[in-house]
Amino acid sequence: MTRAFTCIICPNGCEITAEYEGTQVHAIEGATCPKGEDYVRQELTDPRRNIATSIPVEGGELPLVSVRLDKPIPKKDIFSVMDAINRLHVKAPTAIGQVVLADVCGLGANVIITKNVAAL
Amino acid sequence: MNVECHQAIVVGGGPAGLAAAIRLKEKGVDDVVVLEREHRTGGILRQCIHDGFGLTRFGETLSGPEYAQRFVDRAEELGITCLTDTTVLTLEADRTLTTSGPAGLKKLRGDAVILTMGCRERTRGALAIPGSRPAGIYTAGVAQEYINLRNLMVGREVVILGSGDIGLIMARRMTLEGAHVKGVYEVQPYPSGLPRNIEQCLNDYHIPLHLSHTVTDIHGRERLEGVTISQVDERFRPIPGTEERVDCDTLILSVGLIPAGDIANGSGLAVDGRTKGAFVDEHYQTNLPGVFSAGNVLHVHDLVDFVSLEAEALATAAAEYLRAGALPPCPLEVQAGANVGHVIPQRISGTRSFTLSLRVRQPMKKVTLTVAQNGREVLRRKLPKALPAEMIQLTIPAEKLEAAGDLEVSVQ
Repeated sequence: MTRAFTCIICPNGCEITAEYEGTQVHAIEGATCPKGEDYVRQELTDPRRNIATSIPVEGGELPLVSVRLDKPIPKKDIFSVMDAINRLHVKAPTAIGQVVLADVCGLGANVIITKNVAAL
Repeated sequence: MNVECHQAIVVGGGPAGLAAAIRLKEKGVDDVVVLEREHRTGGILRQCIHDGFGLTRFGETLSGPEYAQRFVDRAEELGITCLTDTTVLTLEADRTLTTSGPAGLKKLRGDAVILTMGCRERTRGALAIPGSRPAGIYTAGVAQEYINLRNLMVGREVVILGSGDIGLIMARRMTLEGAHVKGVYEVQPYPSGLPRNIEQCLNDYHIPLHLSHTVTDIHGRERLEGVTISQVDERFRPIPGTEERVDCDTLILSVGLIPAGDIANGSGLAVDGRTKGAFVDEHYQTNLPGVFSAGNVLHVHDLVDFVSLEAEALATAAAEYLRAGALPPCPLEVQAGANVGHVIPQRISGTRSFTLSLRVRQPMKKVTLTVAQNGREVLRRKLPKALPAEMIQLTIPAEKLEAAGDLEVSVQ
């Protein structure tokens, strides 16, 4: 089988085609760096994404603080991870890198703060 | 009114302004002041909470707030003065700025003035979409601010007009927040956002992208109730008989960005009709001596990394200007040839290496980019693809240039 991919690893967005059968990859063409080949192999076996959202912050100069995951999670788990994140809230001040939820949904990724919000 | 004088005044504390201020200070310019209209520096990145920033500048992928914080921290470390809550009202040709801030109205003059105000979004008014004027119509950046900074959800049933990157990012963001994004409609026959965003923001969430379509009517009195979508022909005219009503409570516009250079109106600053930003030379100096411009106020970029890098190059040149009192003259013109929408810089010295930035007019595959001087090839580069969504940048080495003769850049 042949499938076309747009690599999302960097803004170049290489158009990559892969020939494969099941999880067996025979040929990959169009990637201008090795990360593109890794991306395609990952997409064919276990597609993963990072997500970013925000959670309420108490006593901060902003009502929300942004968060993201420190590593990608399986694409199929995106909405269950969103549900878990939607139950979180923190107290100001917040610091970039602070872990607000470790090992979200048992997927091995941590939810981390991405903005410094000062206390009022 | 007293005029407060500084060596360098940077207008705008976003990714371009902070990068410029930091580089100026590092190059030995002690008296640098940044003017920022918001309460915090960091610019638009404060609301760009998705990741993908920093791959070029820092070699890792960061969210917008994290990317901005690196510059905010460095500026603090260097003791750079940032006057926040301060709006610049006007710029004059003698580099005097009138500002309004916590201390009231002030006048400041810089030996160098750095314009890094970024860009703003095109609105419904710019498109002249007919129909009623209900609530529920937002530009993508406004929706992003409401959702990511103010904790206000903008709607539930969403149509997006335009396939700019912020619209694509917001399609994903609103889907994650539980909204139903019914589709993205783009008037051009190709997307205006980056391919990776089509993939990870639309395809991942099964959001359809309809090319050569636009909104031709808006329905609803108090709140938006629906839009009429029409197909367009190759000259963007709606095709009669193709109208289709799509019910929605929210319409997001992602229909282009325009450099926000308004403060320079009346200063005599020369503006390029193609970029809507200033004409600059290879030092990023405008036609007004000592006034420099970089980042999205000069030309709209695709990536913030290139904004920071351009502002740093500007600052290196501005520091030399402040030290030496002048920069090498730039009498040679750089012209946009076949299939090239615009070029930056528009003038060069011919004696120094410089960074050339350009965008193509339409999507093309397997093309050759050629830079020619007096009909002689200076540089040629093969590109697997060239998209209007992507800025192309390359360094032109001094040794390939002659001291006389204009340059022409073409892609074929």
